[in-house]
Amino acid sequence: MTLTNLLRIAWRAINRNRMRTLLTMLGIIIGVAAVIAMTAIGEGSKQSIQTQIAGMGSNMIVIRPSSNVTAGARLDNSTVQSLTEQDVIALQKEAQFLNGVSGSVSARGQAINGANNWTTSMQGVSPVYMQIRGWPLTDGNVFTDQDMALANKVCLIGQTVLKNLFPNADYAIGKTIRFKNIPFRIIGVLSAKGENTFGQDQDDVILAPETTVMKRISPTTYYQTIFASAVDENSTDKAANEIENIMRDSHKLKKGTDDDFTVRTQAELINSLSSTSQILTILLTVIAGISLLVGGIGIMNIMYVSVTERTKEIGLRMSIGARGIDILLQFLIESVLISITGGIIGVLLGLIATQLVTYFIHWPTLVTHFSVVVSFLVCFITGVFFGYYPALKASRLDPIEALHYE
Amino acid sequence: MNNQIVVIKNLKREFRMGAETVRALNDVSFVINAGEFVTIMGSSGSGKTTMLNILGCLDRPSSGEYILDGVQVSKLSKSELAVLRNNKIGFVFQSYNLLPRTSAIENVELPMLYNKKYSAKERREKALTALAAVKLSQRVNHLPNQMSGGQQQRVAIARALVNDPVMILADEATGNLDTRTSYEIMMLMQELNTDHGKTIVFVTHEPDIALFSKRTITLKDGKLLKDEINNHVQSARKMLESLPALDESLNVKS
Ligand SMILES: Nc1ncnc2c1ncn2[C@@H]1O[C@H](COP(=O)(O)OP(=O)(O)OP(=O)(O)O)[C@@H](O)[C@H]1O
Ligand SMILES: [Mg+2]
Repeated sequence: MTLTNLLRIAWRAINRNRMRTLLTMLGIIIGVAAVIAMTAIGEGSKQSIQTQIAGMGSNMIVIRPSSNVTAGARLDNSTVQSLTEQDVIALQKEAQFLNGVSGSVSARGQAINGANNWTTSMQGVSPVYMQIRGWPLTDGNVFTDQDMALANKVCLIGQTVLKNLFPNADYAIGKTIRFKNIPFRIIGVLSAKGENTFGQDQDDVILAPETTVMKRISPTTYYQTIFASAVDENSTDKAANEIENIMRDSHKLKKGTDDDFTVRTQAELINSLSSTSQILTILLTVIAGISLLVGGIGIMNIMYVSVTERTKEIGLRMSIGARGIDILLQFLIESVLISITGGIIGVLLGLIATQLVTYFIHWPTLVTHFSVVVSFLVCFITGVFFGYYPALKASRLDPIEALHYE
Repeated sequence: MNNQIVVIKNLKREFRMGAETVRALNDVSFVINAGEFVTIMGSSGSGKTTMLNILGCLDRPSSGEYILDGVQVSKLSKSELAVLRNNKIGFVFQSYNLLPRTSAIENVELPMLYNKKYSAKERREKALTALAAVKLSQRVNHLPNQMSGGQQQRVAIARALVNDPVMILADEATGNLDTRTSYEIMMLMQELNTDHGKTIVFVTHEPDIALFSKRTITLKDGKLLKDEINNHVQSARKMLESLPALDESLNVKS
């Protein structure tokens, strides 16, 4: 028995029961389509997260206050005030793996330019912040150290603020706007940054010298955040360690007490975000795997029915010279053909579903060759695995009994 | 050359049914030579089908010897038996056993699918020749349910012929057919035997069918009762012609 003949026989048998075969395939079709679509969505979001984070400056390290128990009762992180100018100075002086440190405070309020107003937040930073974030200007200049020292009322505005305060696309540099009723002169416009990973608009911001914000907008001596950048991507972990040591010294924390701050590198952020999407992918793949299993059992079931139905045919084939192996292969190929055909339909359906997701919900998707190849492989294995026992049963029939089966 | 197609010596076939043993065949011996047309007769349960199954290598004897065309059958494995059936035996069954929803020619090609030596073209050519031999050249692409019982049985005979077997085995091949159609089938068998030199073993319990063969082996309770040469072989063609003329429609039995 040649392979072409076996394929022809299997194809004919499938064609004879088209509706039944299609229903049998349904489990496989849904399973494969789900795998393709889910992994495409998972991969797509993973990729877009990674490119976005890389865009934020992959050397960036973020230090935030956090509660520690030595202060007595554990406080909510947002109310903890532990980051000071001393910390920034200490980091600037002592750290070897950092090439920029900037404190940051922000305040929400209304910005007004003539008849236009816009509620946004003002972030007080030092000039080096733009380097840390990798955030160039489209126009104008960054404020200077002198602006910092004098707490000058100058600012840089983000694209969203620009659009809302200057709807007629006037030239903004040199204009004065009011934030919380205090006049600020615009000296630069920031380039577009887009949404961050959490869906926040990063361009909806006004940057001003930190001294100005801390003295004139919301008087405080504490930073909400300290931003720093490592000298290069490979030394972020060393830099983070260094920061922790310097900060503990600066805060005079005794050995054995918890930090009253947290240090996070971009690499950690990438990992934590990718790992959540990875968990999602694994979960979805498990679900898809279960539906493939159900599909496989469906094939097994229908193959048993098929073998029983065609007992007489098997008997006849044996009587005219089919060996056990010929019968085994005949039914095995039939089940593999069902599962592979189901796989092909499933892949096509998955690709269509992926396109629809991109088109209508605008989620990023990425179909990998890997997922397609694995789907086919799994289909093939499903067909062989679940088709084997029915086929074996068929091949072991006694020709005389099979011939007289009614 | 070896003229003996079948050599059977002290053949026994026993079935165990719990504590009981059924002796379906009990010490049977005979020889069938090439070109013979033998009917196996006997009452129900006398062991005819059991005999034919062993002759057709579908079953193996409990003891005794069976040599088919020079091959010791009892020593072969299941797969080897299948190959032997494919090469040397052509079966015709009482209930035709055609594959449903499969055309006549595809049914006839079936045995050759299990024989690597035939190409697709050869298969088709040989199937057409076999269908011509059973006078069904006009029904090549008909499906079984579009043919009469007699035509279906002729497709089955073509299928038995197509692999050039050394022996055609038929079990009650006329059992489902009316008298006229039975005679047509017997006429075909006689032609295959005399014109094409095919060796035929035909199981029946109808004595008038046995009259068409050259030799009759009669079994009784698994034993060989009689083994006689028929000196007055009837011509199925003549019998057919002597039948009163009938409507063509009666000839077609569904
Ligand atoms: N598989 C089997 N298991 C047990 N007993 C069997 C089996 N096959 C046949 N027999 C017994 O062997 C004996 C011969 O059976 P066989 O079928 O050969 O008879 P037969 O001559 O073909 O009868 P019929 O004319 O009714 O077809 C019977 O008694 C039957 O019950
Ligand atoms: Mg019988």
